[in-house]
Amino acid sequence: MNYQTIDEANQAVISKIVAGSPFLLDVVPANTVIKEFNEGKVLLHAGPPITYDKMVDPIQGACIGAVLFEGWAENETDARKLLESGEVTLMPCHHVNAVGPMGGITSGNMAVLVVENRTDGNVAYCTMNEGIGAVLRFGAYSDEVVTRLHWMRNVLCPVLSKALKTKESGLNINVMIAKSIAMGDEFHQRNIAASLVFLKEMAPSIVALEIDQKEKEEVIKFLADTDQFFLNIMMAAAKAVMDGARMIQEGTVVTAMCRNGYEFGIRIAGMGDEWFTGPVNTPQGLYFSGFTEEDAAPDMGDSAITETFGVGGMAMIAAPAVTRFVGSGGFQDALNTSNEMKEICIDQNPNFTVPTWDFQGICLGIDAAKVVETGITPVINTGIANKKAGLGQIGAGTVHPPIDCFEKAVLAYAKKLGFNE
Amino acid sequence: MLTTIIKNNSYQDSIVLMLLTNKINTVEGVNNVSIMMGTPANKDIFKTGGLYTPELEKASANDMAVVLDVKDESVVPNVMEEIDVFLEEQSKGMDNSDAQESVRTWDKAISLSKDAPVALISIPGTHAPLEIEKALDEGKHVFCFSDNVSIEDEKRLKLKAHEKGLLLMGPDCGTGIINGIPLAFTNVVRKGAIGIVGASGTGIQEVSTIIHKLGGGVTNAIGTGGRDLKEEIGGITLMDGIVTLENDPDTDVIVVISKPPAPAVREKVLALLRKITKPAVTIFLGEKPTYHEENLYHAYTLEETARIAVQLLNNEAVSVEEQAIELPEVAFSSDQKYIKGYYSGGTLANEAAMLIKEGLELTGSADKKEGFILKDAGYEIIDLGDDIYTQGKPHPMIDPDKRIEMIEQAADDSETAIILLDIVLGYGAHIDMATELAPAIKKAQDKAKETNKQLVFIGAIVGTDEDPQDIKKQKTILEEAGVIVADSNNQAVRMALKLVSISLDEVEKTIQTVEAPAFEEELIPSEQMMDMLRTKTFLNIGLRSFSDAIREMGGTSIQFDWRPAAGGNVTLQKALYFLKNYTNENN
Repeated sequence: MNYQTIDEANQAVISKIVAGSPFLLDVVPANTVIKEFNEGKVLLHAGPPITYDKMVDPIQGACIGAVLFEGWAENETDARKLLESGEVTLMPCHHVNAVGPMGGITSGNMAVLVVENRTDGNVAYCTMNEGIGAVLRFGAYSDEVVTRLHWMRNVLCPVLSKALKTKESGLNINVMIAKSIAMGDEFHQRNIAASLVFLKEMAPSIVALEIDQKEKEEVIKFLADTDQFFLNIMMAAAKAVMDGARMIQEGTVVTAMCRNGYEFGIRIAGMGDEWFTGPVNTPQGLYFSGFTEEDAAPDMGDSAITETFGVGGMAMIAAPAVTRFVGSGGFQDALNTSNEMKEICIDQNPNFTVPTWDFQGICLGIDAAKVVETGITPVINTGIANKKAGLGQIGAGTVHPPIDCFEKAVLAYAKKLGFNE
Repeated sequence: MLTTIIKNNSYQDSIVLMLLTNKINTVEGVNNVSIMMGTPANKDIFKTGGLYTPELEKASANDMAVVLDVKDESVVPNVMEEIDVFLEEQSKGMDNSDAQESVRTWDKAISLSKDAPVALISIPGTHAPLEIEKALDEGKHVFCFSDNVSIEDEKRLKLKAHEKGLLLMGPDCGTGIINGIPLAFTNVVRKGAIGIVGASGTGIQEVSTIIHKLGGGVTNAIGTGGRDLKEEIGGITLMDGIVTLENDPDTDVIVVISKPPAPAVREKVLALLRKITKPAVTIFLGEKPTYHEENLYHAYTLEETARIAVQLLNNEAVSVEEQAIELPEVAFSSDQKYIKGYYSGGTLANEAAMLIKEGLELTGSADKKEGFILKDAGYEIIDLGDDIYTQGKPHPMIDPDKRIEMIEQAADDSETAIILLDIVLGYGAHIDMATELAPAIKKAQDKAKETNKQLVFIGAIVGTDEDPQDIKKQKTILEEAGVIVADSNNQAVRMALKLVSISLDEVEKTIQTVEAPAFEEELIPSEQMMDMLRTKTFLNIGLRSFSDAIREMGGTSIQFDWRPAAGGNVTLQKALYFLKNYTNENN
């Protein structure tokens, strides 16, 4: 270990998080930047490693959608057969510098955002937000879904890519986060301010492009309609920053949280790439009319990387508009939540201050040791998928990781440093 | 039929759960219920109570476990709702303190409690030593309500506190008043110039409330815990407390309350009291002093202690006042002769036993089995606060059940003539004990009448007119139930004795000079001790109701909602400790 104490190591990790400077550089087909896609049929998924048979229905549905999108099969039945045959290699997004929302299913020809962390030169990827309703990330795989993915690949991706190239050094994401947090976003449940800020940055470049007018209109309309577009940018940015911080392989700071509908997985700095897992919980929240908790799929998605970075549920107080998702709902609940989250974090990030929190910075550095000590687990704001594939999102709410993964991580790290039970 | 319900990650304090258990026990269709946190020790209690189920295995120390013995399953939803309503009402009570941030870690507790020189600790005793040590390390005095701390830990921590110029009040310290602010189980007593240091909780309560009744007031009541005057501890806290009060400009008279100390400790304490400049009163409960000393007075009963303190405060001559005890007309039958006492206050029970023994010249000593302070020739005094009655159950100051049971049993005994009771008021005590006991008292008297007997109840209320319970109303309820309410425990017992034709007279004591070695150490209190006497801000670790009492009396309390670290998992606690203290020697 390069540090005198765990405290010092943790301070080094959180300094890296504060120093992180993510820039959105490009949007490209995934197989042009993730080499693993070029070795047979490969799909990425959210969360720690999992096999197809253990995937919950909506994630299997997303796999089917991806197989149809890639043209590996003509119909649902063949797609299922192919997936069951084991011919398709499944690997976590996290293992190839990527993150994926909900099911997180990503295939080689899907468009991904490219975010670079300038501080450490590392890069992270994430698919673009598809909008709401029947979408792949919530397990829908109808023609409409596949068609939209093709449009995103063939129109949205090249247009945004060209527009981004007109910027000298890409888009500075920290600036957009800092602006939007003051406008009531917490970047997991609510991204409307940041999505508009993004549109504001991009629109002049897009309209100036020498491309088909119809494409311009379609792209601008899509961005204007997609309130959660920034969520995926936030995810890639958080992944880039946390991977930068993870280069310091010491200490108890949590560097990733993710779930695959079956297991919740975390990483801590001192244990490098190792996952510590426990069974996922089912989110609590509000449901669209006609749905109840009975219909909810268990917790899924890499989007908890936002909480790992300190936004989302950790910054609940920043977004009074979504506090109703907390439970009984209300400003006081949001305040209590963020105050409680402070207890398991090492510090607060001075780059992103929250006006409704008396300009305190967002939570910085979830400390697995503090989680274990207090029994307080991070709050994650999340969408809720229908437990049946193909039906999409049915609500939104909050969910907690199982304490087991933090306990396992802390114990493993203590043992690594010489602790005997 | 047994049903188990586990509420995950719902930590509640044991007192809260005991009150909840009482409430659920009254639900129609529930034969029996036990609600506890799922700690290994509690699981054993489930076993002994015959309420163990395999489902309990899954419950952790942070999970609330409910085991119901019900007539049929249909009542379970109703019970669940009752539980939720109870817990919700509790959390509503917290709304008053909205501005208070929740505190769940020491780091945050420390950062928010810089102005709080005293930490109140009320958590399970097995965890107390570590938390006491942390508080001392942070330079805070500790008032430790928790019990079940080993005497070795107590000694080590008290020495550590002493060296740092800090006071460790307790462990097992039930009562305290600092700068007029009540700590733990305490009455609302007028602020005045009498300072108390005491090794007994209800002893301090009885003395301080009588001082209040006599027109005096209290600056500080420093509890020491019941073992402070044992040989092993050597009176560390008691003596530091005396030195502190000696230097407190607001204290004019010092009262020392304890059971008889170990001989060596006693000499040291008396030598110190002879050296201080302020007049002092001692009571070593159970000893009958025969003389006073110059400026140092020795009392026999708690009432006498209070009276002397007020006389000293008013610069009056210390003298015995004839207590005119009005006797009621009684018609005992020939076989009715015995006095029985069912006490919630241990010190009061001891005082009663002491007086009855003297009056009846009893010599047999009770071996404290089943809480008996006295069990001789048909006379019985029981301390219902004894561990045997409180294991997994609320203290009789909160829960009337055991006393009701005892009253019923005593009424069945045709030889019982008089039953003595104490009603303790103040923070922490039941909000309306008189109403709880009244039906059983009436019933017992009616039953006696049926056999042409008269069962006499004599009660003493430990409380003041400023206590939250409304002392006048409590007195009225008791009197309407047929209880003779005496002004003090001392008078209640003397009245009982007189009714069986035994008189105890107080004798005037002369002032003697005692030749004894002088106290050699300097009487310099630490700065922190003097700071403590000026504070109104406290860090409360554990029971939320203690915070409420502090705030109601105009103090400030930082509420630390303590839970066992790592859900009580010892291996994880050790791993956390290892990480916290890890230093890389190769660097």
